[in-house]
Amino acid sequence: MSRKVILCRCEDVTLADVQHAVKLGYTDVEEVKRYTGFGTGPCQGKECLRGIVVAIAEAARLAPTALAPFTSRPPLVPTELAVLAGAGGAKRTR
Amino acid sequence: MTIKDADIAIIGAGVMGLALAHNLASERKGPGGKRIVVVDGHYLAWGASGRNGGGVRQQWSTEMNVRLMQESMDICAHFAKRMRINVWMRRGGYLFLARTQAAARRLERNVGVQTRCGLGTEMIAPEEAAALVPELAADRFVAACYNPTDGIVFPWPFLWGYAHAAAKAGVAIHTSTPVTAIERRAGKAGGFRITTPAGTFTAQRVVCAAGAWSPDVARLVGASLPNRPQRHEILSTEPLKPFLKPMVTVSETGLYVSQSLRGELVGGISMPAEDDGGEVRLGSRLAFTTTMARALVELMPLLGHIKVVRQWAGPYDISPDGDPIVGELPDVPGFHVVCGFRGHGFMMAPVVARHFAAFLSGGPKHEFLTAWSPARFAAGAPPRRGGEEMFIG
Repeated sequence: MSRKVILCRCEDVTLADVQHAVKLGYTDVEEVKRYTGFGTGPCQGKECLRGIVVAIAEAARLAPTALAPFTSRPPLVPTELAVLAGAGGAKRTR
Repeated sequence: MTIKDADIAIIGAGVMGLALAHNLASERKGPGGKRIVVVDGHYLAWGASGRNGGGVRQQWSTEMNVRLMQESMDICAHFAKRMRINVWMRRGGYLFLARTQAAARRLERNVGVQTRCGLGTEMIAPEEAAALVPELAADRFVAACYNPTDGIVFPWPFLWGYAHAAAKAGVAIHTSTPVTAIERRAGKAGGFRITTPAGTFTAQRVVCAAGAWSPDVARLVGASLPNRPQRHEILSTEPLKPFLKPMVTVSETGLYVSQSLRGELVGGISMPAEDDGGEVRLGSRLAFTTTMARALVELMPLLGHIKVVRQWAGPYDISPDGDPIVGELPDVPGFHVVCGFRGHGFMMAPVVARHFAAFLSGGPKHEFLTAWSPARFAAGAPPRRGGEEMFIG
């Protein structure tokens, strides 16, 4: 069943993938992100983070509140290179 | 969990520390012993090993580095099969582009060195570069060189592969275990007493493989290392269908970009040096994003509508002469370092760890252990210029 439950839709990470990572000893959200690749697609974890945290907590028998979210990375939303190339005029460094 | 006493304690569970642990555990001869402990203040892939761009190239400007990287590439090419883990390796080559005649002459000189080592790098005209990468604005360049057997990997599985193999061979790996003190033990016993929040343990020898954090670790034994951290940033785009064969780099700007097997474009660029006070800084800056975006759109105008999804930073670990620092500290017998790899430690770790482990186990001394000795920075030693000039980023 857990093989068919997709938690991260961008990177096709299933509940079974998360359980497998926990079984290998990866119980930090950052570790599970690196091992499964969850949260590295277009949504950058905005859809899946909470569900994955609950899955890690259940598999590792931890309280969800014991788990911190991963570092969120800029940009806030996927942004075209052309837009970024024209941005930050005042901060232009070269 | 307590930490057992060790023959060798490795501080830093990045690719260098884990590869070294794996190689030491595999060494059969010598006084190295089998009791190897690796400690790290964070989780695997937290540091620069988890933050680099995954490039593995054999194009360098010194014969020693070319040959080392030829050997490292060979280890990488067999890593997935030997370690039974997918490392997403793709050998699409490395394309170095030159905008100026001066850079072109440098590339040409380096291609000469590489040819002597049996590497198939060739100088090519901008039109030939455009045949390799049709999206390239090739008219901005005067020359290029290309070696088809360079490539890229996904860095993280290398850590898991080395860690699992080392653990299987009996190495104890303690993550989330920062070293807070290292005391030199007096008398006959010798060695070191190492303190962590998980407990204290002893080690006959210590190897500091903490990358840009190495000076902090060395300070615990009263030693001062001359390397300094430098923030380097990378961005990653949305995944695209495979279109970009080689890693593309621009000599003058330090721009590099490749397409990973996941389809994302991943790359970075040189930024002006900042005064960081010797502190590792990992924040993301808009100045990098905009500089990189401009450079990418200039390199391949078609990329304008491609979206950036993520950016992050990692520390380069830079020594005064640009060469790594590997070996025993002259003033602290038994305390070894393997650091200062200037953003290229990931690709060099497989081969450096192999030879350093052999040496620590009583085996032969590879020539890099002489060239990169910490003794060259001892007080009164004449200033030395590093030989390597093919750095990126």
